Amino acid sequence: MIDRIVALGRWGLTTMSALGRSGQFLAGVVVGVPRPSIGFPLLVKQLYAVGVLSLAIIIVSGLFIGMVLGLQGYTILSDYGSEAAIGQMIALTLVRELGPVVTALLFAGRAGSALTAEIGLMKATEQLSSMEMMGVDPLRRVVAPRLWAGFIAMPVLAIIFSAVGIWGGMLVGVDWLGVFEGSFWGNMQSSVDFVDDVLNGVIKSVVFGFVCTWIAVYQGYDCVPTSAGISSATTKTVVYSSLAVLALDFVLTAVMFGDF
Amino acid sequence: MDSPAYISLRDVVFSRSGRRVLDGVTLDIPRGKITAIMGPSGTGKTTVLRLIGGQLRPDSGSVSLDGHDVPNLKRGALYKLRENIGMLFQSGALFTDLNVYENVAFPLRVHTSLPEDMIHDIVLMKLEAVGLRGARQLMPSELSGGMTRRVALARSIALDPDLIMYDEPFAGQDPITMGVLVKLIRDLNSSMGLTSVLVSHDVPESLSICHHACIIADGKVIGEGTPDQIRAHPSEQIQQFLRGQPDGPVPFHYPAGPAGADYGLSGEAS
Repeated sequence: MIDRIVALGRWGLTTMSALGRSGQFLAGVVVGVPRPSIGFPLLVKQLYAVGVLSLAIIIVSGLFIGMVLGLQGYTILSDYGSEAAIGQMIALTLVRELGPVVTALLFAGRAGSALTAEIGLMKATEQLSSMEMMGVDPLRRVVAPRLWAGFIAMPVLAIIFSAVGIWGGMLVGVDWLGVFEGSFWGNMQSSVDFVDDVLNGVIKSVVFGFVCTWIAVYQGYDCVPTSAGISSATTKTVVYSSLAVLALDFVLTAVMFGDF
Repeated sequence: MDSPAYISLRDVVFSRSGRRVLDGVTLDIPRGKITAIMGPSGTGKTTVLRLIGGQLRPDSGSVSLDGHDVPNLKRGALYKLRENIGMLFQSGALFTDLNVYENVAFPLRVHTSLPEDMIHDIVLMKLEAVGLRGARQLMPSELSGGMTRRVALARSIALDPDLIMYDEPFAGQDPITMGVLVKLIRDLNSSMGLTSVLVSHDVPESLSICHHACIIADGKVIGEGTPDQIRAHPSEQIQQFLRGQPDGPVPFHYPAGPAGADYGLSGEAS
C-alpha cells in the first residue's frame, strides 16, 4: 500500500515537473523570437515543411470525409424528405467540428511527429549543443520558427479541409444523388453564420495548432537523445496531441455552443 | 606552468543522476597552449568541457574563463562569451540540412553583418585550412568521419575564437585521419594563437601535441604536468592508463558479490 502511495506521489511530481518544464520552455520560445532578417526565412521554410507538405493528406482526407458526409446525410435526411438540407448539414459539421478536429489529428500524425523526430535527432547528434556553443540559442533558432509555423499553418489547413469537404459533399449530394443545387447552396448560406460557425471553427483550429505544435517541439527538445528516446517522444507527440485535441474540443464546444 | 591561467576550475563538484562525476576537481589551463585532459572513459572529461562552456553548472566550486565566472553569467552574457569559443564535438555535430559551405558560414551569418562576398572568402579560407575547399558543396551525409570533423573544425574557427575545445577528436579515426587531425590542431594553435583544450583518451596523439596534460580518474585530477612529467609520473594508476594495461589499480572486474552465489553453487567459491 505504501509503495503505491509512493509511486503515485512520484508520478505526480514527475508530471508536475514536466508541465513546469514545458511551460518554461514555451515562455522561452514565445519571448525569444529571432530578429526578422533571420527569423522570416526560417519561418517560411518551416511553413513549407509543416503546412505545404501537409496539404496532400489534408485535401485527400477532406474530400473523402465530405463525400462520406454527403452519402450518410442523404441516406438519413431522405427518410424525412429533407435531403435539400444536406448542404447545411455538411457545412455545419465540417466547419464547426470535423474541419478543426480531423485536421488537428492529421497534423499531429504528419507534421507533429516529424517535428519531434527532427528536433530529437538534432539533440541526439549534438546539433543543438553545438548551436549553444556557437552562441546561438536553439530555442530561438530551431524551436520558435517551428512553433509559429504550426500555429499559422493549422487554421489555414483546417479552412482548406472544410472547403474541400464541402466540395466533396456537393459532388456526392448534387452531382451523384441529384439534390437540387440551389437548395444545397441556399440552405447552407442561410444557416451557416460567419461568427458563430466559421469564426468559432477557426478559433478551435488556432488553439489546436498551438497545442499540437507545442507538444511536438517540446517532446523533441526534452527527449532522451537515443533511438528509443526519440521513438518514445514521437509516439507521445501523437498520443498526447490527439487526446489534447479531443478534450479541448469538448471544452471549446461547450463554451462556444453550450449556451442552451 | 609559465603562462597565466586562462581557465581555472576550483574544487568543482558535479553530480548527475545521483552519481558524483567530478569530486573536487581543481585545474588551471594556461593561455595560448594546448592542454590535454585525459583519463578513462566515463570519468567526466567531457563534463569538464561542458562546465567550461557553461552548458552545465557545477554543484559547488568555481569555473572561471578569462576572468568570467562562467556558472553565474546571465544567459545573454554567456552566449556572448561563447562567440569567442569554438568547440569540436565528438560527432562533428554538423547541421544535416546545410551543405559544407553553409555549415562553415553559419556562425558568420548569425553573428556578423559581413557582406556575402566576404563571407564567401572567409569560408573558403577556413575550408582551405582544413584541406576541404573542394568539398564545399557536399552534404554532411556524403562526408567520411574524418572529413566531418575537419568541416566541424573549420566551422569552429570561423569566428577566429580565442579558445577551442576538442571533445575526443581522434576517437574512431584511421591512422591517416588521426595524423591529419593532430597536424591541424597543432598548426591552428600556433598560427592563430589559440588556447586549446583537448579531451581524449588517445594517449600517444594527445601527448605528442600538448604542452600541458592532466589526467582525471574517479572524479579527481590524479596527475598533471608536461607530457614528459606525465610519462614519468610515479602513480601506478597513471602508468596503467598510459600503457593500456588491462588490470591494475583500475581492476579488470567490475565489483561483484561472491561468484558462487551468482552461479547457484553452495561452496566457498568467490
